[in-house]
Amino acid sequence: MKIVVPVKRVIDANVKVRLKSDGSAVDSDNVKMSMNPFDEIAVEEAIRLKEAGVAGEIVAVSIGSDACQDVLRSALAMGADRALLIRTEAVLEPLAVAKLLREVVAREQPQLVICGKQSTDGDANQAGQMLAGLLGWPQATFASKLDIGADGATVTREIDGGLEIIAVTLPAVVTTDLRLNSPRYTTLPNIMKAKKKPLDVIALDEFGVDTRPRLTTLGLAEPAARSAGVRVADVAELLAKLKNEAKVI
Amino acid sequence: MAAPTSRAPFSWEDPLLLETLLTEEERIVRDTAHAYCQERLMPRILTANREERFDREIMSEMGELGLLGCTIDTHGCAGLSHVAYGLIAREVERVDSGYRSAMSVQSSLVMHPIWAYGTEAQKDKYLPKLATGEWVGCFGLTEPDAGSDPAGMKTRARKVDGGYQLKGSKMWITNSPIADVFVVWAKDDDGEIRGFVLEKGMQGLSAPKIHGKFSLRASITGEIVMDDVFVPEENLLPGVKGLKGPFGCLNKARFGIAWGAMGAAEFCWHAARQYTLDRKQFGRPLAANQLIQLKLANMQTEIALGLAAALQVGRLMDAGRAAPEMISLIKRNNCGKALDIARVARDMHGGNGIADEFHVIRHVMNLEAVNTYEGTHDVHALILGRAQTGIQAFA
Repeated sequence: MKIVVPVKRVIDANVKVRLKSDGSAVDSDNVKMSMNPFDEIAVEEAIRLKEAGVAGEIVAVSIGSDACQDVLRSALAMGADRALLIRTEAVLEPLAVAKLLREVVAREQPQLVICGKQSTDGDANQAGQMLAGLLGWPQATFASKLDIGADGATVTREIDGGLEIIAVTLPAVVTTDLRLNSPRYTTLPNIMKAKKKPLDVIALDEFGVDTRPRLTTLGLAEPAARSAGVRVADVAELLAKLKNEAKVI
Repeated sequence: MAAPTSRAPFSWEDPLLLETLLTEEERIVRDTAHAYCQERLMPRILTANREERFDREIMSEMGELGLLGCTIDTHGCAGLSHVAYGLIAREVERVDSGYRSAMSVQSSLVMHPIWAYGTEAQKDKYLPKLATGEWVGCFGLTEPDAGSDPAGMKTRARKVDGGYQLKGSKMWITNSPIADVFVVWAKDDDGEIRGFVLEKGMQGLSAPKIHGKFSLRASITGEIVMDDVFVPEENLLPGVKGLKGPFGCLNKARFGIAWGAMGAAEFCWHAARQYTLDRKQFGRPLAANQLIQLKLANMQTEIALGLAAALQVGRLMDAGRAAPEMISLIKRNNCGKALDIARVARDMHGGNGIADEFHVIRHVMNLEAVNTYEGTHDVHALILGRAQTGIQAFA
């Protein structure tokens, strides 16, 4: 069984994100970039399936500038077999990403696509679902457990207030939640071996897909600074504030 | 040249953009080491230092990641650049100099001499288990009466039937009480310094622990006592004679220390910056004071320059063009500066600076040893003095 894992290069989760001085975009100059943490979980899950003898080949895919080769190398160092970069300087919306991934699926013919449930930069939580829709495949989102059986996959999903267990036929799209697994540390010998694994680069234009943006960004703003707390004299004052100011009781 | 359209952004943490000078592979290695050190080593260090305890399994964890002997390209080792080795040392020492010492000794002082001076049989026997951390190694050069002057060593290897008989003692040996493999330097019957690989359990070999250290408390240190230890011929390192044997190893280790010390310094600098931003006195942050900002600027400058120098020496090592004097220069500079930075950061933390929960005092204490071992600050100055005057001032 072949697995395709899309990985996105995002601003590292430990970086405090800032807007550019003109407010036009998030400042990513000289900012540490990493693989989207949910995608790292997706790569780890694919590798575990391979180690369990369920998966044969793992193909990591990224869409973006040449700098995305870093995250693809990381995926290869973790244990993916080969990588594909769809090169573009444009920032794509989830629909464009899903359309490109549909083309990748058409070429690669995987039985499973494992995506992060969302990227930590855009937070859209759409690409996986859109890809399943475009392909006409079942989708199992927010997976916290994935079992591959003879005739499909059993997926435990994290939903509001509990867990839902669903069965899907393959091929399918699965998106990962935080508790699916803990990604391994890449070992140094594997980092060196990753250099020899194939990483193909294809220009976005070669896919002939309409990736024009559908959305217009009107503005960006940093979250409001948290204001300082106040000290209340007694419980009565606390209750009054909760009732009259916060209006939560 | 076209004028820039807008002012280039300044990154306070990486003021000279060292990041842009690293290869993709070096960045991945650094990120892996950083994640391991922060997630697995940092939570242990407070109690390990307090209880003067080295957690043996750290060697196995490092081995599993491939951190041990990582510049070697055979026997299951990664074959990384010296710059990558330096980046790892920096990340480990950002947590604790003791952990970096344990790693440096295994990599540079045990695996390197076996790899560089040993027979194929010795490499096949020792390197794979040292690389995984299944075996721990130590390096015996310093003696109670021979520190900066290793040629004055008293340990003797007397030729006997089928091998050598070693007699003498070594002092301040990182890892020795838990070591399985001992690379020991001794003078033979001709007065020539030779290297030997000793193994735990050899008759007459013991390695008592040194207690009561106020520095590198999370790293175990001991003696090596050799009371007529018989060492078979096949345990002699045949590939080298004289002081250039141990010095070849020390060059590698000192290079790593130059990087590592900057990691400890960076920790102290970042901690001092954050502490003085958060701590308010007289109605404003301590960081609003010129005296504090001057200290922070000095730290930032020395660390940026120290790292840039270490990177350049690393590139030269990878190209086979690094002279030992270059390593003396960066080892001396970076350790001395790191110690100064740690002391000033301790001061900036006020009373909290002496509490181990803030970690800075631990780095101060550690760096006292780091500034001294593997060639003291002063001895490296004498090496540089000799190199530019042609006059040896050691004795």
